[in-house]
Amino acid sequence: MDLAHQEAILKVVQEKGKENVVVVLGSPDPESAELAAETVVNGDPTFAGPLAGVSLGLPVYHVLEPEVRGAVDPKVYRDAVGLMEAVLPAAEISAVVRRIRGSKTE
Amino acid sequence: MIQPVIKGVSAILAHAPSFIRHGSKPSREIGADADLLPTILAHLRSYHEALSYAPHQVFVGRIRPNKLRTLPTPWLTHPVAPERFGPFGEILPEEELYGLLALADEFRLLALDSDFTEEVIKRLADHPMLHSMCLDPVREAGRRDFGESLNSASAMPLFVEGNRLIGAIRRGQEDDESLAAPFLLENLAGKATGALALLHLASRDGLSLDAVEYVLGCSEEAVGDRYQRGGGNLGKAMAEMAGCGNASGADIKNFCAAPIPALVVGGSLVAAGVFENVAVVGGGSLAKLGMKFRGHLKHQMPILEDVLAGIAVWVGRDDGRSPRIRLDSVGRHEVKAGSSNQAILEALVARPLAKIGKRITEVGIFATELHNPEITVPQGNGDVPLRNYRTMAALAALRGEIDASEIDAFVQKHGMPGFAPTQGHLASAICFLGHAREMLLAKEIETVQLVAKGSLFLGMMSRQSDGMSVLIEAQ
Repeated sequence: MDLAHQEAILKVVQEKGKENVVVVLGSPDPESAELAAETVVNGDPTFAGPLAGVSLGLPVYHVLEPEVRGAVDPKVYRDAVGLMEAVLPAAEISAVVRRIRGSKTE
Repeated sequence: MIQPVIKGVSAILAHAPSFIRHGSKPSREIGADADLLPTILAHLRSYHEALSYAPHQVFVGRIRPNKLRTLPTPWLTHPVAPERFGPFGEILPEEELYGLLALADEFRLLALDSDFTEEVIKRLADHPMLHSMCLDPVREAGRRDFGESLNSASAMPLFVEGNRLIGAIRRGQEDDESLAAPFLLENLAGKATGALALLHLASRDGLSLDAVEYVLGCSEEAVGDRYQRGGGNLGKAMAEMAGCGNASGADIKNFCAAPIPALVVGGSLVAAGVFENVAVVGGGSLAKLGMKFRGHLKHQMPILEDVLAGIAVWVGRDDGRSPRIRLDSVGRHEVKAGSSNQAILEALVARPLAKIGKRITEVGIFATELHNPEITVPQGNGDVPLRNYRTMAALAALRGEIDASEIDAFVQKHGMPGFAPTQGHLASAICFLGHAREMLLAKEIETVQLVAKGSLFLGMMSRQSDGMSVLIEAQ
């Protein structure tokens, strides 16, 4: 996850409190989803950004997971995400993000 | 309306491994950790390796993009015939790139080592196009004392063979950040590589340089001093360098998408009878050298972003044979369209085709962002062209043109593997145009849709992205 995004997430957490923040990822493959999820749950695994060594333990979902789909108006979801649902490996991405969500080290 | 056609296309690469350290990402990281430099230097490719890299031979037209599907992978460890010249242009060695930079340098910014300059002049004398240019600017660069330039903290050292110091570039004006040495080097690199592509265009497709009336630059550099940083105009500068004495020019800016709007504007100028011959020219992006070097180092690979690119397209009046630019099927990404992939592709692919009664599946080949996946995958950016083609296929499925089970077959039939270096605008659809022209002339296909997208939001003036598409059709 690039440094600007890490910084932005840290800022939102500081302002709103981590109990009020959910991260929704749009990463296009399991590898990048894993890196991004790991960063907001257990800290930046590349130790390059502001979240290095910072375990925020935020709830993280991928936009293709059923929890997100269920929370969005079906028409909006179809228009904004429907196309990519057919293209991206949704099952693999979801499995990776679910695993990291359950791995909080707090 | 006069029908505009694509009368010629050229494409060149300039091998620039010793410039990687000046790329935006490597220079920042070397600045933060000087120990990184030896590691970078240990991961540079030789000229011979760059020549025998299959995607480079695709870029200059010796190998069709789809042939990459049948070549053993990784292409990096399966060299092909190391040819310098191809049907669209050449792969210029780094020593000659310095000669080209000196030829582009009107303001005596460069100073080069005298022995090295002799070597360069000998080589340029054998170059099929550059030998006929006046080489005095190169000789003069060799007479300037680069050691003296380097005494100034604001000059930048220049190298060949990775770490052999052979010169320097000074800044344009002491108190003008827009004319700092790194920016001027970027701009000179864009000018020089674009002008070389223009020279190749003239030497290959029967274009008389005197006949060019307008040159539209579509590169990504920002030319200008402190009062108009990025104001341009590299188009006219490239026209002058290439010897287009009757031409003027201007630049079209749109991040990575720029070549396609430039092609559409060029085609429109011809269609309206304003000009008879327009050249659309993009030079290379030095800032993007080594952009993904971390991924390459992590996977024990050489740094693959070691070439600058250049492309030139000759847009002229209908000659009864050259592929037509269908100005009635131009796609644009409207402000209100939304930024989801679906919205973008509806705007750029489906709607412009519908305007002329075509379906997605009726297009022979789509050219989209064609970044070489061997460069992007190690950095975790995935296979960009494959993802784009799958998204187009999904759109065709959503519209009921194909079954969802036919997505892979669609990608095979209408797509191609990525082969372009990550040179932004030049990797974005336009790099296929040389192949497209040949395939359309040979009637191997009937139509090609060029689809380019640009990341407008990167400049922080808008959260929008943008894009444009145009259909090219065989006669």
